[in-house]
Amino acid sequence: MSTETGRAGERTLFGHSLRRVILYVVLVGMGAFYLIPIETGLMTSIISPETYTGNFPYLPPLEPLVPGTGELSLEPWRGAIDGLGQGLVNSVILVVPATILSGLLGSMAAFGLTTISWRGQIGIYILFVAGIFIPYQAVLVPLTQFWYNVVPLRELFEPLAALPLVETYHWKLLALIITHTAYGLPICTLLFRAHYKKLSDEMVEAAQLDGASIATIYRRIILPLSIPMFAVVFIYQFTQIWNDLLFALTIVQFGDAAVVTQDLVGIGVSQSGTNFPLRMAAALLAALPTLLVYIFFGDKFAKGVAA
Amino acid sequence: MRNPLTILRQRLAAHREVRADGGTATEAGSILDRDSVRSAPFWLPPFLLIGLFIYGAIIWNIILSLTDFQGLGSPDYSALDFENYVIAFTGGTPSWSSLTVDPVWNAAWNTVVLMVSFSVVCLAVGLVMAILVDQGIRFENTFRTIYLLPMSLSFVVTAKFWLYMYNVETGLVNLILGGVGVGPIEIVQNPDLKLAAVAFALIWQFSGYAMIVYLAGLRAIPTSHFEAARVDGASTIRMYWRVIIPQLRTATVSALVVLTVFSLKAFDFLFSMYGGYQPGPSADILATRMVREAYANGNWAYGSAIAVLLFIMALAIVAPYIYTQYQRGEL
Repeated sequence: MSTETGRAGERTLFGHSLRRVILYVVLVGMGAFYLIPIETGLMTSIISPETYTGNFPYLPPLEPLVPGTGELSLEPWRGAIDGLGQGLVNSVILVVPATILSGLLGSMAAFGLTTISWRGQIGIYILFVAGIFIPYQAVLVPLTQFWYNVVPLRELFEPLAALPLVETYHWKLLALIITHTAYGLPICTLLFRAHYKKLSDEMVEAAQLDGASIATIYRRIILPLSIPMFAVVFIYQFTQIWNDLLFALTIVQFGDAAVVTQDLVGIGVSQSGTNFPLRMAAALLAALPTLLVYIFFGDKFAKGVAA
Repeated sequence: MRNPLTILRQRLAAHREVRADGGTATEAGSILDRDSVRSAPFWLPPFLLIGLFIYGAIIWNIILSLTDFQGLGSPDYSALDFENYVIAFTGGTPSWSSLTVDPVWNAAWNTVVLMVSFSVVCLAVGLVMAILVDQGIRFENTFRTIYLLPMSLSFVVTAKFWLYMYNVETGLVNLILGGVGVGPIEIVQNPDLKLAAVAFALIWQFSGYAMIVYLAGLRAIPTSHFEAARVDGASTIRMYWRVIIPQLRTATVSALVVLTVFSLKAFDFLFSMYGGYQPGPSADILATRMVREAYANGNWAYGSAIAVLLFIMALAIVAPYIYTQYQRGEL
């Protein structure tokens, strides 16, 4: 749509190319600005902590070729895996069901509030949309009360702990799954509704006249057409839930059920000072799942955040 | 012969109209046959979930903010008053504590400063970058991917990266400052620079988002508008200022709402940057103050009252936005 000639107008060859050169210099410069904190982190994370000087945080460890850059070592990454292992496992236990549940329920809600049209649904839908913008602080104390004093999830899990792979502390992760599902629903519903509004009514109407039930319409027509949107929603929710700290901090609080973001807060600090290689390796390890998802499905992520 | 599908559609439309104005007087005549009821298995369970967890919790929080709930034990709902709000505005010694409690003005002020500086700079950077990316550049997808990359990271992770960038001895920011003969400067613990450092790191993380929103806005403007301005002989800067930017109002408003709400949620970032509940008075925002009062000090009811104030701030921004979206039929 925006071609060079269309927008840059008629220029002399030299003036034109100079403009373009400046443009690309600025674009590359901004690219460097966004990448450098991650790049320095990556370089620091592969320096052996004993030889780390901090003089050239942006250079790879090239000792003895370049003095002062430290020696190459995977020790920080090993330390990070040790320190975050349990948190990573807990985060996976949390994020997979929470993502699927919020996506599926969001799709169902959007279907019932969009494809099937009825009076007053917009009022219900507004309550969904407003939920996107709630500052979570406004619900924290009730949530803690609810999960610790009202719902006896813990007692429920005590007998279950006899089963293989189930531990008593998993009750906190279940509480977190349900909480994240509820708070992810508004944005999922919004994304699916935008998608369903674009679908043509004809198929649904024809199916209704054929006597198809609402459940059949959803399963046979809407669900198959939702698959591209499910990709967008799952990627968005995965990133949000994986990255969250606040709910974990107030519902899990501490102990064996701590998720990866909680473990990351305190890593790399000790009496003897800050172990920057370890801390950077841990930060990158905790970010790795969302970074990979972003690198492979970046276009879908962009679609999710821009909606 | 008429297309059978057209006939069916007309019949269906008539069928719909009966529903739309009557409600009860449909052909089947049963309340169970209404579309709202028949589709309830789909929308009702999610609605109950958000009704309980979001709206139920908000109401419960308001009630909790009127109690004296403090420390261990459970809240006493028999004596409700506005004491926590009085304390929040004026400070003093509340009945539930023997210690003096500070008012929230400092945190509220920091919240507003952070919110305004962060969102305005994000929008400005995002707009300039969107215009640059929109010049028909090569490798556009690569540039866009890089600019949006920080947004895929957790607040906790970005805080760790910037803590390192800002470090007095080994941070890149101080190395660059040293290169031009300034510093080294203590940034993270410096009361004068703390909030700016936090805002800068958040701008790093979210300006790519503003760019994506603006880019979509720019792409929606017909090419003829650019061409018309060209024909009129407007300079590039003039064209964007007078013709293009005014058409980006919708993009600006929606990005602004999302960014301000993000800044209200900056708790995760501050918690990770300062390794706990204590960012210090010059970087304390309502979001951190609330969690600290409730979860570190055990002043649950007072924390709830601060949360209500935060909620009102968010509502003041979001309610007009949702209302105009509704009026335009864009929901």
